[in-house]
Parts: sequence; structure tokens; C-alpha cells
Amino acid sequence: MATSSFNLNQQQDTRSAHERVVNDFSINIATVNGSGSQSANSVLMKSIFGMGVPVGGKNLFPSNIAGEPTWFLIRASKDGYLARKRDAEVLVALNSESAQDDLRALPSGGLALYEETLNLDQARKDVYFYPVPFEKITADICPEVKLRKLVKNMVYVGALAQLLAIDLEVVEKNLRRQFSSKQKVFELNFGAVKAGFDYAQANLTKRDPFFIERMNRTAGKIIIDGNAACGMGAVFAGVTVVAWYPITPSTTVIEATIDLLKKLRRTPEGKATYAVVQAEDELAAIGMVMGAGWAGARSMTATSGPGFSLMTEFCGLGYYAEIPGVIINVQRVGPSTGLPTRTQQADLLETAFLSHGDTKHPILLPGSVKECFELTQSAFDLAERLQTPVFVLTDLDLGMNNWMSESFDYPSKPLDRGKVLTAEDLDRLGEFARYRDVDGDAVGWRTLPGTMHPKAAYFTRGSGHNDAAKYSEKPEEYKEVMDRLARKFESSRSLLPAPVAVRDHGSKIGFLAYGSTDCALCESLDQIKNRFGLDVDYLRLRAWPFAPAVHDFVAAHERVYVVEQNRDAQMASLLKLDLPGEQAAKLCSILHYNGLPVDADSITEQFAAKEAL
Amino acid sequence: MASATNSPKVNHIGLPILDYRGEKSTLCPGCGDNAISERIIQALFEMGVEPERVMKISGIGCSSKSPAYFLGRSHSFNGVHGRMPATATGAILANRTMTTIGISGDGDTASIGMGQFVHLMRRNLPMIYIVEDNGVYALTKGQFSATADQGSKLKTGIVNHLPAIDTCALAIQLGATFVGRSFSGDKKQLLAMLKAAIAHKGTVLLDVISPCVTFNDHEGSTKSYKFMQENDEPINEIGFVSSFDEIEVDYDSGQTYEVEMYDGSSLRLHKVLEDYDPTDKANAVRTLMEAQENDEILTGVFYINTETPTFLDLLNLVDEPLATLPESLTRPPKSALEALMATLS
Repeated sequence: MATSSFNLNQQQDTRSAHERVVNDFSINIATVNGSGSQSANSVLMKSIFGMGVPVGGKNLFPSNIAGEPTWFLIRASKDGYLARKRDAEVLVALNSESAQDDLRALPSGGLALYEETLNLDQARKDVYFYPVPFEKITADICPEVKLRKLVKNMVYVGALAQLLAIDLEVVEKNLRRQFSSKQKVFELNFGAVKAGFDYAQANLTKRDPFFIERMNRTAGKIIIDGNAACGMGAVFAGVTVVAWYPITPSTTVIEATIDLLKKLRRTPEGKATYAVVQAEDELAAIGMVMGAGWAGARSMTATSGPGFSLMTEFCGLGYYAEIPGVIINVQRVGPSTGLPTRTQQADLLETAFLSHGDTKHPILLPGSVKECFELTQSAFDLAERLQTPVFVLTDLDLGMNNWMSESFDYPSKPLDRGKVLTAEDLDRLGEFARYRDVDGDAVGWRTLPGTMHPKAAYFTRGSGHNDAAKYSEKPEEYKEVMDRLARKFESSRSLLPAPVAVRDHGSKIGFLAYGSTDCALCESLDQIKNRFGLDVDYLRLRAWPFAPAVHDFVAAHERVYVVEQNRDAQMASLLKLDLPGEQAAKLCSILHYNGLPVDADSITEQFAAKEAL
Repeated sequence: MASATNSPKVNHIGLPILDYRGEKSTLCPGCGDNAISERIIQALFEMGVEPERVMKISGIGCSSKSPAYFLGRSHSFNGVHGRMPATATGAILANRTMTTIGISGDGDTASIGMGQFVHLMRRNLPMIYIVEDNGVYALTKGQFSATADQGSKLKTGIVNHLPAIDTCALAIQLGATFVGRSFSGDKKQLLAMLKAAIAHKGTVLLDVISPCVTFNDHEGSTKSYKFMQENDEPINEIGFVSSFDEIEVDYDSGQTYEVEMYDGSSLRLHKVLEDYDPTDKANAVRTLMEAQENDEILTGVFYINTETPTFLDLLNLVDEPLATLPESLTRPPKSALEALMATLS
């Protein structure tokens, strides 16, 4: 436990003694899972956003329906750093079960707003304590007992808004949006916000240094989670068949997709231009995706962890029989059931080679919510262009947490439906061999069921076949197909999303990272510059197989740090398979895999240790 | 070849039966699956279904290979063991305008694919699901499958002590809307059943006993030609009059159950089992359970229901194939994205 001879709570006014901390701290709201704190947390986060301050929200929740401790982290950052901050300076303690631990984790000089009856103020002297009788205030304003648990959350929103100087009208505006169609619910909740605000104003004396002040860094920005962004991408990519099985943390990809499909995808006659099936398991979900992709639909599933493992066999079929389909894997912590509600990037190697036999799949790696939207769309085009399953790998941090982003751009190019022959094409060509490389791009032409031509049909199989899709066990015919598949995979290097040179200073030291690690790494690179005066380079990977630019980047640096969120340095392993030996030897890994989203300090410290700085 | 002599040279859409054939079978000579392929060819030919409007989907096993041996002008997908239902579901959702035939075996359906089988039946997705049922795993040289009858014997003398899974009883209970059992050796019954199946809108489950001449055609097997010839007990005689058939056949309405099919054709089930009502779900299941207890092999149309909405109805799906909808219908306009962005800012 942190101790201090200096008792912050006996000070009359510390504002002169301490520098103000403005728009640069994290808030940890500790509640009980299932207590309905989500709306309150969201309103508080969006109110900070409404003050023009860059903000991010992360839900650290247990694999449980109700009753276990849960935390919501809100980070306000004038510099736009939205990765998890290792220490949260502001604590809202409402859960008696976790309160002592939560208080212990609060850094010295932090702020603790807590339920009065928890009597936390005896435990430490080096933090600012603000007791509030949340239970009592709630009981006074909410006569209906069963609603109190929900309404109580809004009381802390009001109290904290007052302490941090968040404008009440901004809170009111966001609350009104949250409950747009329900005036009565709004009134009840705003009453609670107001009660918390008024209590704080009347009873608490501001002594801590934390303030939210208006700035102008959120104009034109949106807040969204990666799963919703993926769902939006699928809908704007014209997805027509969705098959899925619920599993955390991917469920909300499909829920968001369904929500948008219902709103946006009806014919003038009211018919659905899509089909969604909640399948009996992931084996069936991916089977439906493959069946639909084969018959010409833009098909998709989303899954995580164990569900992804179950899709293995069908993905091998998709690779060998060359069937398009989009699989979004929102990674959680494995192996096995693992930590279902925590984040990791540890399915990379599994995805790359998913299946028995020689198999390699293209993987897209969105590094932001905006890229969740864009790369999900790309995945559909690539799946049909390359006639193969294409994987979009995100993770729980990117997928389920709230990220501030530039608003999304409408797609500028028409859908690419790939190489499909019509009956007229067949009349002109006279013949057709499904797997023949007629264009030299290692991708054959396909026909769809229902093409009204006697030569249109072919036999799709996961067993050995030749270029005319006939059953074959002939060594040369098996090898011919497998070699063409390898060429197709190689050719995809130039078709997949190119890596992004985030920092290019001509440094001897380079960094490679991908996915949700990006945000923490960008912050860490600023720390490295500020603390050690090092301006290092950073290339953000967005796809596997790697573009030639990845090879060039490694070749241009003496040491290349690969930062990723898994134990086994999986991206570094993929790079080592791809790079010549002397280049592969340049790679060093910085790893983070405790289930929490990676933070900048952890990266900076590991880097400093390895560089002996 | 029986069909060629009995049928006109071209069908009512002007195609010869040759246009419905596939590659030469590589299954064992005498395999029941070959006879089923013949009946499928004949049924589609006689019904005048364009071969290009048919999808054949299968799992893994001898039965699942057989789609290569019929309808060479139809697209076919021979997928993963036990997952024909999922593949078929996806394909049908992509293109609802097709006639879809799913071919599976007893191992493919009643063991590894049981999860998918039961859920397909629940959905009443329009397709014909044929279980080519021989009671053994033939490609791995003759192990029992889960449809092997209790007390039946393998060639090696091993006796099956476990009760058989009755796919028909399960299908009826779970929601399939056309359920029957036939025998690959009963050309007349199987042909009539297949033609009615083609005319039905909803999930058809046909369990066709299809003897394995190599691993399960011996004394002690209950799925052998000899056993079926001696023990097959039809509960009804099936007459099928297609919508374009102008022949009127007299029948005794008191002894016949007539069902008006979706496409205007009619299915006439002449009662053999006294008072058997093929629209009575509970009675159908009870009849099958009692037959299993009494070691009887019933065949015929056990259950039919032409009223239940299909999965496609429930999805309120457009009439056109989803696969080829134009971008104007599948990609929402720019204004839709802008409206979404406004709600998130």
C-alpha cells in the first residue's frame, strides 16, 4: 500500500500547491457486472468528448452475467493517446468487493470518489477522497426500488462532472441522445445526474488537480467500437449471407450487422436483400458461409477463440476448393476457453495456416476502427478476386472498446465481384475449366449455379482434383493445383492492404506492429523520443502475406522491434519465415500478453531495457 | 435401362435423358447408391427440371461421391464429412431459385453430421435430403453406423447392441415437412417419392435403404437386398400425377390420401396400413417407434405437410438470387453512411 506522511485530505486548498492536470488522465469506474453502469459510463465518456477532448473507453469485464467486479476505463488525452494508460488517476469506487484493491491501485495523488458507506478514507492518506452517499441520494430521487440500481450510476456521472468541471449542459445533451426516444427515462436519469452534481457542489471541496477543460480536438470525429465498424463495413460491402454462432467478443460484430441490415437493406417492396442465420455451431456457420460463397453470395461470419478453432476444417476446404468467404476473428485470450473477455493477438499463426495440409490464408489486420470499416470491405473484394477465404483479424480491445476516430468515408470504388463467367461468356469461349490459369494470375474463372449453359457446371470437391475440376489422384495433377495455389498466394502480396509508414526518420532502429497495438506504440514512440531523444521508425503491418515494403523496411534498419500482444512472438515468427536469414536476425520482440490491452509504458520500458538506455 | 424404354425420347422441355446423366460410377457394381442415382436421373427427367437449375450438395462417403454419377450439367459441391446441411443451407440462401438435392449417408448424417441434420430439419429449408442408408461405413471397410439395427451382424460376426437412430422419426419430430423411406431396389416407389419430393416446397427427408454389396449384404444384416425384399412393408402405395400430366387416373378416394402439391401436381397415397393419415405428425412418429420395437421395416411417405412456411418465407427473402443482386440493391447509398456518422459524432 502506498503511504505518505503528507495527508492530502487535511489540506484546505491544494490548487496552488499542485499543478493542474488538465485533459490528461484516466478514470477507472469500478462497479458490479450487470448493474447497468454501461449507459452512465457511455454518457460520461461522450460528455468529455463533447467538451472537445479526445477520449477512449475500455470495458474490463469478467466472463459473467451479473455480480462480479467490472471496470470501465475512460482516458481523456489532449494529445489523442487512446491506448490504455497503466495507471488511472481517478477512481469511482462503487463496488464493495473490489474497492480495497481498486484503491490500492490508485497512484499517489489520485482522486477517489466513493460510496460513503465503504469508508475508504482510512486506508490511505496520499489520495484525495470524496465520499458521496450514492445509495441515499438515489433512494431520495427514485421511488421505484427496482430502478435504483440503474439510476445510481447516473449519480456518479453528475458528481464527477462537478468535480472535474464538465459542463452540465454537455452531460444533459449526451444523456438526451442516449435516451432519445424515451422522455421519461431521460428525465429520471437527468434527475440523478443533477442530484449527484448538486450534492458535490454543496458538500465536496475540490482539492485535487484534475480538470476537464474545453478544447477543440473532437470536431468531425466519431466514437465507435471496432465490432460495430466491422459490421458497418460488411453492410457497405454488400454482404448478402451472414451465418454465425454467438461467442464473446465477436457477437456484437453480427449484432451490429443485423441492426444495419434491417435498417438499410430492404427492397422497395420490403423484402430482405440479405439472409442471416444463427447457426447451431461454428462448424455450421462456416459451412453456410462456404456454401453461400460457392453459389455466388457475399458471405461472412464472425467468431472468436474456440469458435475459430472449430472452423478449421471448412477453411481448409475453402482454400483447396477456392471458395470466397469473409471470416472476422475478434481475438480473445487463449488457449482453450482462456480469458473470454480479455484481449490478445495470439491467433495469428493459427489463422495463417488454418487447416491440415499445406495451407496459407490471406489475413487483413485493421489497426483502428476506421480500418475495421475499410478492411472488412476490402476482405469481400479480395475473397472474390482471389477466390479464397479471407480473414480479418481484430481483437477484443479494438472490437469491443470505444475509440475516437475520423468519420468513415464512403467507398470510392465499385464492388469487385471477381472472375465469374456468364452463359454468354461460355457461348463465346466454347469451353471452361474451373481451375485453369488462363490469365497467368493463378486465379481460374468460376461459374455460379444457375448459369443457364450446358458447359457451366463443374464439380467442387475437397478431394484431389485437376484443373478441369475432375477427381484426380495423379501426382502431377495434384502438384499442379498446389503449385498454382502457392502462386496465387504470392500474387496476393501486392493486392492486400499495403503497410503504413507511420514514422520514417531514417533511424537505425525500426518498429513493426499491427492491430490494436498501434495506439500504445505511437504513444510509446513519443515517450522514447522525449525521454531518450530517439526518433525511431515505425511501419504498421496491415496484411499477411507481407508486401515487399516490409522486406525493404527490415533491410533498411539495424534492429527491428516487433511489438505484439502474445507470448510466442507470432508476427515475428511469420516475418522470420519470410525474410532471408541475415534480415530475420535483426528482429527483436516486445511482447505483452497478460490479457489487458497493451499500454505505452510497458513498451517503452521493455525497449529501454533491451537497448540498455 | 428401364427408364429409356418406359419414357419418351425427350421430356416435356425437350431434353433427352442423356442430358441428365453424369460420369461413370466408380462405386461397387450392384451398390444401392447407383440405383438411387438412376432414379434421381429418371425423376428429374420426367419432371422436366432443367439440369442447370439443380444444385447437388454432399458430404463425405460412398453416397456423397455419387453426385458425380448423375446430372453432369448441374453444379455440385462435395464438401466436408457431416456438413452437407450447412453447405446446402448457404447455397440455397445464395440462390433460392434452384432445386437442391443433398446426398448424404448414414454415417455422414446420423453420426458426424447429426448436429447439422437436426437443425436443417428444424428450418424447413426447401431441399431434398436423401440419406443413402446402408448401415455401415464402407470406405473404411465395414464398421457399424448409427442406423444399423439392434441385433444386426457385421460380416465378421460382430453384433450391434445399440439401438438404431431412425432419421425419419427424428425428421418428423423436428420439423421436416415431407418424410419418407424407400428401398433402392423398389424402383416404382422410389421414383414416385422422388418426383413428389421435387414438387414439394420445404425440407424433404428421404431415407433410402441402399444395400452395401461389399460390407453389409450378408445373412444377419438388416440392410441387405434379401432382408429388404422379404421385410419391406410399405404403409402406402405412392402415385404421383405431375402438373403437366393430363392423364386422369381413377382412384378410390376412400382408400387414398390425396395431397395437392406446391407446383399444382398431386400426390396420391393409397392406404396399405389401415387408416394411416400422413398429415398426423404424432401418429407418424408413434408408428415408426412401434415398427422399430417390432423389428419391422416400414417404407412409404410417413408424413407430409404443405402448409408450414419455409425458412425462406421466415427470412422474407427477395425472390431473386442473393448471389447476383446488383450493387444498387446491396450497397446502401452515401447518404446512409453520412446519417450513421452523424449519430456517432
